[in-house]
Amino acid sequence: MVGLPARGKTYISKKLTRYLNWIGVPTKVFNVGQYRREAVKTYKNFEFFKPDNEEAMRIRKACAAAALKDVAAYFTREHGQVAVFDATNTTRERRAVINSFAKEKGYKVFFVESICDDPEIIAENIKQVKFGSPDYIDRDVEEAMSDFIQRIECYKESYASIDDEKDRKHSYIKIFDVGSRYLVNHVQDHIQSRIVYYLMNIHVTPRSIYLSRHGESELNLLGRIGGDSGLSPRGLKYADALATFIKGQNIKDLKVWTSHMKRTVQTAEALRCQYEQWKALNEIDAGVCEELTYEEIQENFPDEFAMRDQEKYRYRYPKGESYEDLVHRLEPVIMELERQENVLVICHQAVMRCLLAYFLDKPADELPYLRCPLHTVLKLTPVAYGCKVESFFLNIEAVNTHRERPTNVNVSRKPEEALQTVPDHN
Amino acid sequence: MRGCSSRSKSTQNQGKAVCMTNCPTLIVTVGLPARGKTYISKKLTRYLNWIGVPTREFNVGQYRREFLKIYKSFEFFRPDNEEGLKIRRQCASAALNDVRQYLTEEGGQVAVFDATNTTRERRDTILEFAEQNGFKAFFVESVCEDPEVIQENIVQVKLGSPDYTNCNTEEAVEDFMKRIKCYENSYETLDEVLDRDLSFIKIMDVGQRYLVNRVLDHIQSRIVYYLMNIHITPRSIYLCRHGESELNVKGRIGGDSGLTPRGKEFAKKLNQFIQTQNISELKVWTSQMKRTIQTAEALNVPYEQWKVLNEIDAGVCEEMMYEEIQGNYPLEFALRDQDKYRYRYPKGESYEDLVQRLEPVIMELERQENVLVICHQAVMRCLLAYFLDKTAEELPYLKCPLHTVLKLTPVAYGCKVESISLNVEAVNTHREKPENVDIHRTTEDALQTVPAHF
Repeated sequence: MVGLPARGKTYISKKLTRYLNWIGVPTKVFNVGQYRREAVKTYKNFEFFKPDNEEAMRIRKACAAAALKDVAAYFTREHGQVAVFDATNTTRERRAVINSFAKEKGYKVFFVESICDDPEIIAENIKQVKFGSPDYIDRDVEEAMSDFIQRIECYKESYASIDDEKDRKHSYIKIFDVGSRYLVNHVQDHIQSRIVYYLMNIHVTPRSIYLSRHGESELNLLGRIGGDSGLSPRGLKYADALATFIKGQNIKDLKVWTSHMKRTVQTAEALRCQYEQWKALNEIDAGVCEELTYEEIQENFPDEFAMRDQEKYRYRYPKGESYEDLVHRLEPVIMELERQENVLVICHQAVMRCLLAYFLDKPADELPYLRCPLHTVLKLTPVAYGCKVESFFLNIEAVNTHRERPTNVNVSRKPEEALQTVPDHN
Repeated sequence: MRGCSSRSKSTQNQGKAVCMTNCPTLIVTVGLPARGKTYISKKLTRYLNWIGVPTREFNVGQYRREFLKIYKSFEFFRPDNEEGLKIRRQCASAALNDVRQYLTEEGGQVAVFDATNTTRERRDTILEFAEQNGFKAFFVESVCEDPEVIQENIVQVKLGSPDYTNCNTEEAVEDFMKRIKCYENSYETLDEVLDRDLSFIKIMDVGQRYLVNRVLDHIQSRIVYYLMNIHITPRSIYLCRHGESELNVKGRIGGDSGLTPRGKEFAKKLNQFIQTQNISELKVWTSQMKRTIQTAEALNVPYEQWKVLNEIDAGVCEEMMYEEIQGNYPLEFALRDQDKYRYRYPKGESYEDLVQRLEPVIMELERQENVLVICHQAVMRCLLAYFLDKTAEELPYLKCPLHTVLKLTPVAYGCKVESISLNVEAVNTHREKPENVDIHRTTEDALQTVPAHF
């Protein structure tokens, strides 16, 4: 990362890392400020960052070096594929150090510079993420703001933006004014191309994303998975309740997305507004297990059933899909969600788990067990570096379709052990 | 756009259709002659049409050629040639008129206005036109000062132009260089400051660097992504199907069977063929189905498996013979013959779905250089349609026989295709559209074009 303080570097670092991990590229952020906080323990004031503060300079250089060392360890010992080196890196000298380090180790370097001079945006940044920082925990708002502004000044004199002439052989993207304009130079490979595409699609305009499953379906009631059934009477009630809820939220310009399956389409119909159908939002394909109950799966495919419990994320139903496949097919949905503002996505249990895992940064082993009950709307609102979640149960009863991982996942287990966690059904 | 195409024309899914692009887009190229504007226009148009966005290019040079009939020399383009300027302005207007018609009356969603558009004045005229008609304008500028690249451009596409049919190479190059000079003095490149309110991408030095400003919507974002992934480094793409499979010889569709002895023979021959081609750094891609993997194994090189390269999912018809499909689902069988591109097998996929899932493959193929893709009949038809600019109607009937390699090499504005049969016998799996596609047709009529099998 490159840029003055409060230009969104950490925001971008964390978001990008979350995205790359979700699509299956092991990525980690190395925030040099964190290393500094560990080394210095207590932050006094901006004077630490004064360019003539030799003692501090030494500490800061040591922190950067320590972070780079950890980057190397992450790549070689922890099988990381991408490391995000989050610091100001505002001088050519510092960037040269990083380039040498990378060259020596055989890593590819890609710079992401955020440039912004809009005082309103900077003030908003400071409010959102700096006041809550460990550095300013004991300070009141005005003190913190004043100190931080002076901190930024410390960097300004020595700030050398990436130079389009001198740095023409380097790979980088410059983001101007929170995405109004981009300069992209020398993209080397697939992952850099994906990173650029992602960075060019995200925005910081406040908005909310609503995630919900379809209303309870006929097959849900029977404890059967998959299929393409319509809504049960309670499911229809939910659709109406959803319409009322959405109206009550008073959302401006809400987009509504569904899958191609009857149950989500029927749910959307009750909203009496335009909606868009995405095939990519269809429920996970259970292949040979489509429309079976868990009891039938245990009876007909006991080995498959056990293997699924052993590794639910990667397990692929015969002639069907895995959660891993789902994530892959949902990537364009996530990309478009990033571009959009207020959206309501009416989807399915496995699909909702994947989307939720993206927004809440859940790892692959937790993803397939995230709770996404019927008749409950999740409202996600980006805030600071993460996502606020509000859960609204719309008070219409529905069956439980959540099956926890049983204690015994061994292929030789007994049917009772396999079916230990199956939820009730008709 | 993503949901748009697969929904609005689907006969089986009675859902509401909502289009993501709420108003048409006018892409405007900007740049001196021989900077690749027409190359980009044609390629972008091909890509957008393939992913289901009706797009057409409008090349002002074409209008000029129709109007003038004969091109004499570069003098026509001199900035002090009043008569020439008048004609060129008229041609631009005529083209814009056709753009308006295409976008408002003919169902077009994107129009690519391909001309130099090198002055701010001309671009302002276009912006006014766009605003009046409710179109969003997106500029694509190509900037390049590398004399080698420009020379190569001229050799590849200008020498063969109708303008230079009667000139020899030297004359043509000399005249064209003077033509470029005519534009240079008045060239106003898109400016970060002066044009900060416009939506544009500036492509510098054939993709070394890009400046992207104010991307407004989904389609512009996709266009930018595409333009940032294409390159012009010479390379070839090899497409072929897996070797003949056990289900192939039984006349059964889909499934996940292994290769027959003849299929294995093909894999060996494919290995020999690839060796003789002497390709530098060939990447090999397969699907995740046995038959493509087994074929790749014979090449003794690393290969990458893509799930999205899997054959079209025939849903309830998986592993059936056409005779059985006719026996069990005669209605579906007829509906498929009526609209093979959009028809979706129950619990399966349509060709239209296939195109959508293959889009990342196309994007990565654009990024790569030499690649061999070992895939399946329907998949290969979709990929081929992209490279050869085939329509949705033609796509499902493109001939992709077993044991034949297609070598695609980009040349000028298109793609050269060489078809190489590796001389190993295989069943024919190509079923032409029968004459009678009516749902009440007889069984014989339905099975009229089914290829022979065991």
